[in-house]
Amino acid sequence: MARMNMIQAINSAMDIMLERDPNTVIFGEDVGYFGGVFRCTAGLQKKYGDHRVFDSPIAEGGILATAVGMGVYGLRPVVEIQFADYIYPAFDQLVSEAARLRYRSGGEFWAPITVRSPCGGGIFGGQTHSQSPEAIFTHVCGLKTVIPSNPIDAKGLLIAAIEDDDPVVFFEPKRIYNGPFEGYHDRPLVPWSKHDLGEVPEGYYRIELGRAAIARAGSDVTVLAYGTMVHVALAGVAESGVDGEVIDLRTLMPLDIECIVASVKKTGRCVILHEATRFSGYGAELSAQVQEACFHHLEAPIERVAGWDTPYPHAFEWEYFPGPARVKRAIDKVMAG
Amino acid sequence: MTTKTPLKLHVPQPKARPGESPDFSSIVVPPAGSLRKPALDEPHHAIREHALGMIRVLDEQGDAIGEWDPKLSSEQLIRGLRHMLTTRIYDERMMKVQRQGKTSFYMKCTGEEAVAVAQAMALEPGDMLFPSYRQQGLLVARDWSLVDMMCQVYNNTKDRLKGRQLPIMYSVKEVGFFSISGNLGTQFPQAVGWAMASAMKGDTRIAASWVGDGTTAEADFHYALTFATVYRAPVILNVVNNQWAISSFQGFAGGEQTTFAARATGYGLPGLRVDGNDFLAVYAATKWAADRARDNRGPTLIELYTYRAAPHSTSDDPSAYRPDDEYQRWPLGDPIERLKQHLIRLGAWSDEQHAALTQELDDYVRAAQKEAESYGTLGVKPTSAASMFEDVFKEVPPHLIRQRQEAGV
Repeated sequence: MARMNMIQAINSAMDIMLERDPNTVIFGEDVGYFGGVFRCTAGLQKKYGDHRVFDSPIAEGGILATAVGMGVYGLRPVVEIQFADYIYPAFDQLVSEAARLRYRSGGEFWAPITVRSPCGGGIFGGQTHSQSPEAIFTHVCGLKTVIPSNPIDAKGLLIAAIEDDDPVVFFEPKRIYNGPFEGYHDRPLVPWSKHDLGEVPEGYYRIELGRAAIARAGSDVTVLAYGTMVHVALAGVAESGVDGEVIDLRTLMPLDIECIVASVKKTGRCVILHEATRFSGYGAELSAQVQEACFHHLEAPIERVAGWDTPYPHAFEWEYFPGPARVKRAIDKVMAG
Repeated sequence: MTTKTPLKLHVPQPKARPGESPDFSSIVVPPAGSLRKPALDEPHHAIREHALGMIRVLDEQGDAIGEWDPKLSSEQLIRGLRHMLTTRIYDERMMKVQRQGKTSFYMKCTGEEAVAVAQAMALEPGDMLFPSYRQQGLLVARDWSLVDMMCQVYNNTKDRLKGRQLPIMYSVKEVGFFSISGNLGTQFPQAVGWAMASAMKGDTRIAASWVGDGTTAEADFHYALTFATVYRAPVILNVVNNQWAISSFQGFAGGEQTTFAARATGYGLPGLRVDGNDFLAVYAATKWAADRARDNRGPTLIELYTYRAAPHSTSDDPSAYRPDDEYQRWPLGDPIERLKQHLIRLGAWSDEQHAALTQELDDYVRAAQKEAESYGTLGVKPTSAASMFEDVFKEVPPHLIRQRQEAGV
């Protein structure tokens, strides 16, 4: 075991896969010589050479397109889109090509691509470095979508994503790269080195896609969250004083609906959190599925806590970010219901 | 105070519309053999005339002229003729069956047969092809089964693509023919990625891809040329300039200002502009680009100058936007007629042999049709609907198993 923050855990996952599988290659903007703007690929080019880890032109659509071609050849490309906010030029290659290639070719061709991309707010990144576009990708048939909330999961899930023969969009909440963020912007950051989930095995291990984790067991209310919001959920539960069960979804597609349903049937209450905008957000799908499966067990209407339906405003980071106070209000409301 | 001139927007217009006489007077057709054949290591700026002029081998009499003559044997030429004729007859048959309601859609490549056939013949069997939707000649030239192609067009019980794709969106991994997308241009940078992978692995195989003149406007065209030049990918990037993108003439892709081959210059690549109806020129230019790629000298952009004699698809009516007789007046003629004439000039072919071959291929295509139809036509004996839930992911996930049960298939 070693102390790792999320950046080191993600780096370790790629290091292990480059070592284990000669077909694994990594490329993207600034990921080669420099090691990435967040340092996630630091040292990998030096260790594996510039045929395995290399810089790309600033062309997200070109990165995804060439990754599809490499995947068809038989490689296992891991590409970095520098910020989730920049993923849209690659959208056509992801949606129309990578996601549907296996289907449209009757299973003849596929592209086992992992798209890594830092997402989310809380870093004063403004509207082009703060977005959480995960719901868009979960709507696309043929894509898997993963968002880890801690170093140990990040490494195991990334290894599973790279080994997966389907294309996987792997969002990394950049606010928690260095430490869990509970949403209190005025308190000092606790680094992962002081957190149990920063204790990461050094070798190979997988965390299977499609399995949620119970971040906190409880009996009063089920709180569904992923990424940074898992930590905000824990803070919100603590503030509310109830015995909340916090489920870290980890994988949005495929979704571990059994875990969610078992919890909501037990608690009878459900609050859904995400940083992303609310309207047609991933919470809408969660809410629909929970009421379909648990309607007769629900004691109160499902509550959603999400980003406001506006672009991410630079100067109003903390008015926008759905922090623990809003989580507490939602919990109080469902508990009163 | 100076008077300011009101600004004007230029909206391109083709030379002739329905009811008008076709006008190809602006097309410069240089004599066959007028461009030299450069060495493989010549820098792109030294061969700029190849991007602006036109590589031609066959002259008006059907003789092969100049350095670009690939000097193919009569057997190779007859094979090329056979593949082009097969493609044309196949297209006519499939157009008919669409009109008979046996399938929903079809796209012919009439007048453009030399592009796919000569290019496939100039490449090695292991080279990977990333086609657009009008290169069915690649499959014919790689001796792929017409029955298998028809089964896809019919979406019948033997359709390997399980009824998921629009007719003609073939996928034949066995002969290195990549799944056709239908979203234009996406395959162009994908081919570059495949070629990069081949180079990363120290392989010897190269890639080739095709887009139309209209698709050069897509971002994927720019991605492809950028990545190809940056990594010197072993790839041949082809622009089939058939003058028309559905109803939009090539002026709407920037073709009024310069040639499509000339775009290579800005990327630091050689660009070759080729008479696309000249089988020998297409073969020779492709072979030159392939040799260059195999020699680690990187990518080449080839513009194949031709004319879309067919409608865009069975859903299109070209009489609504261009003169009906444009194809008859096309200054570069018909690729099959020109190769036939060349073979006759060589003393290797005759009108009688040509008629006999046409009859033989017609019988062959009819027999293939009969067999394909025995496996069903669209909506009649289709593939099982239960298969529509497969291949979304490698393993069918629980939510799709539930949906298949709900669908009752």
